[in-house]
Amino acid sequence: MKAPTHHPSDELLLDYADGSLTEAEALIVASHLALCPSCRTAVSGFEAIGGALLEDVAPTTVSSDARAAVLAQLDGAMTGPPAPRRVPASSVQAEDLVLPQPLRSYVGVVAHQIVWNPVMRGLDELDIGLDRSAAPKARLIRIRAGMAVPQHTHRGTEMTLVLSGGFQDDMGHFLRGDFAFHDGSVDHRPIADRDADCLCLTVTSAPVRLTGLVGRFLNPFLQF
Amino acid sequence: MLRRQTPHRLLVLMGWQTPKSGRSMTEHNAGVARGNAPLNELLLAVGQSRDRQAFAALFDHFAPRLKSYLLRLGTDAGSAEELVQEAMLLVWRRAETFDPAQANASTWVFTIARNKRIDGIRRERRPEIDPDDPALVPPMPESADVMVETAQETKRLQAAIASLPPEQAELLHLAYFEDIPHSAISSRKGIPLGTVKSRLRLALERLRKVLKEPV
Ligand SMILES: [Zn+2]
Repeated sequence: MKAPTHHPSDELLLDYADGSLTEAEALIVASHLALCPSCRTAVSGFEAIGGALLEDVAPTTVSSDARAAVLAQLDGAMTGPPAPRRVPASSVQAEDLVLPQPLRSYVGVVAHQIVWNPVMRGLDELDIGLDRSAAPKARLIRIRAGMAVPQHTHRGTEMTLVLSGGFQDDMGHFLRGDFAFHDGSVDHRPIADRDADCLCLTVTSAPVRLTGLVGRFLNPFLQF
Repeated sequence: MLRRQTPHRLLVLMGWQTPKSGRSMTEHNAGVARGNAPLNELLLAVGQSRDRQAFAALFDHFAPRLKSYLLRLGTDAGSAEELVQEAMLLVWRRAETFDPAQANASTWVFTIARNKRIDGIRRERRPEIDPDDPALVPPMPESADVMVETAQETKRLQAAIASLPPEQAELLHLAYFEDIPHSAISSRKGIPLGTVKSRLRLALERLRKVLKEPV
């Protein structure tokens, strides 16, 4: 299988590795990682940097009660939730593998079972309800073979991951595993390849995210 | 299946484990001072034989660091201590999945704490790949895309981080210790986004070289 040629930026992979992406953004990055060994290597490297920074940090005393409580719980801790169920590769059809994990677990069904919501002629979508009004939106979109999405710009940013088929826009040609990033400055018009429908995961967000424990989700996000 | 079940090199070198036996170190190491035992071996001992002494040593090393990590990320002191406890219990429970050929103990514990914080403070799931997913695209044979973290790597990274120019080191710390993406670091610090990106890239390039260097 051909490795992807369009990748998330290093800064975005770093944001994924250091845990600062929102769930929707982390979902699209993780889905790319499943299809891209070289970005997996990059993320492992950034996690190693996290490990080194953790070693460097000045320790803060943890109460002896906390320590004793953990040590007393070790036996009980083994009866936690079971490890996630593994699906043996042999039992899975190739057409069921259009969606990689973890995307499959969010969508709940395999690609050909998706019940699409029509947006306009040639374009359907499925909102992956992450149920957070202020957070970026993740959705699957299907562009019918040879059809174009109308010209549009983004108030915030748009990340796109191709899952099957392909599309062309002014940034290039994108196939399975390829990751596209558009900010508000790009006015683009993707056209699906003629030979097959194009299935993509997209994440759209506003450009700025407030921080702080309370303020983070109070951002006045606008329509997107 | 990406995970390679290679025996820990150091254990092999020290005669505690032969490449094929896979025996746990505790069968062999009576009398070895725990306090100085490298972290990877402690974690392996927990994973292989539920070694409580090894776990207590790991707790004493990591719990105070995890607390600092969580406090710096804006967690209040009470929640930080609770999350440290939960993270350390996860370390105990998941130690069997620790593979020193893939990551060092510090890296492995960092990822557990990172995910625990996302789950516990942000109340969000952490989307991650499943290494056993049949849809996972494997690395090309003999490509450079196989991450091998050696036991010395954390030390070498620490040294490399310490030698970064201050403006790069500052951004790197902000990236890992603030719950904001790099784009927000720009507005927070009043540094143009392009400058944030270029400084981070320079820092990452330098650190990546360290990761690629032969030992
Ligand atoms: Zn990639």
